[in-house]
Amino acid sequence: MENTLGNYDHKSEYTTLNLGPTHPATHGIFQNILTMDGEIIVDTEQTCGYIHRAFEKIAEHRPFYQVTPLTDRLNYCSSPINNMGWHMTVEKLLGVETPKRVDYMRVIIMELARISDHLVCNSVIGVDVGALTGFTYVFQWREHIYDIFEEICGARLTTNIGRIGGLERDFSPACIQKIRAFIKDFPTALREFTNLLERNRIFMDRTIGAGPINTERALHYGFTGPNLRATGLDYDVRVMNPYSSYQDFDFVIPVGINGDTYDRFMVRQQEMWESLKIISAALENLPEGKFFAEVPEFYLPPKQEVYNNMEALIWHFKIVMGEADVPVGEVYHAVEGGNGELGYYLVSDGGRAAYRLHFRRPCFIYYQGYPEMIKGSTLSDAIVTLSSLNVIAGELDA
Amino acid sequence: MSELNNAYLLKELQEQFADAILSSEEPYGMLTIVLHKNQILSCVQYLKDHPQLKMQFLTDLCGVHFPDQKGSELCVVYHLHSFINNIRLRIKCFMSAENPQIDSIESVFGAANWQERETFDFYGIEFLGHPNLKRILNVDEMDYFPMRKEYPLEDQTRTDKDDTYFGR
Repeated sequence: MENTLGNYDHKSEYTTLNLGPTHPATHGIFQNILTMDGEIIVDTEQTCGYIHRAFEKIAEHRPFYQVTPLTDRLNYCSSPINNMGWHMTVEKLLGVETPKRVDYMRVIIMELARISDHLVCNSVIGVDVGALTGFTYVFQWREHIYDIFEEICGARLTTNIGRIGGLERDFSPACIQKIRAFIKDFPTALREFTNLLERNRIFMDRTIGAGPINTERALHYGFTGPNLRATGLDYDVRVMNPYSSYQDFDFVIPVGINGDTYDRFMVRQQEMWESLKIISAALENLPEGKFFAEVPEFYLPPKQEVYNNMEALIWHFKIVMGEADVPVGEVYHAVEGGNGELGYYLVSDGGRAAYRLHFRRPCFIYYQGYPEMIKGSTLSDAIVTLSSLNVIAGELDA
Repeated sequence: MSELNNAYLLKELQEQFADAILSSEEPYGMLTIVLHKNQILSCVQYLKDHPQLKMQFLTDLCGVHFPDQKGSELCVVYHLHSFINNIRLRIKCFMSAENPQIDSIESVFGAANWQERETFDFYGIEFLGHPNLKRILNVDEMDYFPMRKEYPLEDQTRTDKDDTYFGR
């Protein structure tokens, strides 16, 4: 029989496959143009910028307190960490010392945010290997965390939590009660989630060895956070450059060995336990005192005061109109975000807005390492690798 | 190992790049040097290979535009970090807007690849030796560099908004 394919050499013909920009498995809007040899990925070209919203440009035209809602929309799975990082950057610029109570309250909020971030990431790894149960189960617990945020600031996802100099209000008794209930009940749920996946044969077969990277290459690509720790390097901003009184807390930095999807999953699992430890320690030792620093020229006064008190009204007006003096200088401040070192580089010329604000977005930097991690692997491995990297489109594109 | 500090870091840098270091300061505890732009690649390589300093992590790379500084309008800011010594360094390289060119450090730190593309995208700074210098976040057809200060945030021809009292 005649060869209908003619001179077609099936071994040298590659298929081009668009993974994204709106593929459900990318969990965000970004595109990978894969060159496939059968099911094996030969090469990939990444594009991003689909939801670029020019935050850095906007931030150059808005007073400091109006930048907080922009930071919400970077890594929207853990907005409070971004908010706190921004507040602390401005406080560093202004030289504001926050009371211990503010620090501890912030630690509680940030660690709750970290848990919700890791819950989403880890349960989505489960979804991408076909285990939907864990995902639907832990989302209930993310809701409980959002209930706590709602109790603290009134918002759930894009929280705009806290202010420069402190928090907008003290923890209410209902809020404390909700945090206590969470600390008490969440371990059971997390243990059940662990039982669903951690030693699950199918899950382990799918994730062990998928998308590995070693420490040297990870550092080369600027990895930080759980993805770097999964390779075995214990770099954590909370320990290396403590902020917001993290030095008061005793916790372990979990590290992996192989830097593959399973290790990234396990590092995040362990970090949730550590976060729980930190939250309960912070809540037990929550110092008495004020929930804001004495910086009336930057800390927005409570609305009640503004309506009834001349001085508060003046400060409110001055802050909103941006008439407070800001030191000239440049400052870099980093916090440990859900995905790694979230840095703020702020250049101030003394004006009402930042002269230049640059977000060091961990996703944007480590996503460069993705092609190296998936070359030579199958498409299904590439999908779980992507979800285990926890690339958040909002943070990728800013 | 003895505690490394900014003074030691500065001394080591001055010994190696005496003429290229134009100034140095320590805002908020981070050593900041202004380096002649021709030396950036060798300086970063030196810091990475230095047996004690071991500045092996590029934290951040971004551009800044100072339209009033004639002859050195554009600036690239590098943040380096040594995990072993836990010391950070900020390097600033200035260049003119007419000739915005600087060596790419992509060969030393792979992390610089996209960050240099981002800086090119927003400021038009050309990184010589970059393997794939094209726009990353903006559309390819864009013919200007939007983060430069001459481009206003909003359309200035709009008449339906009065921002007089808001300083915008």
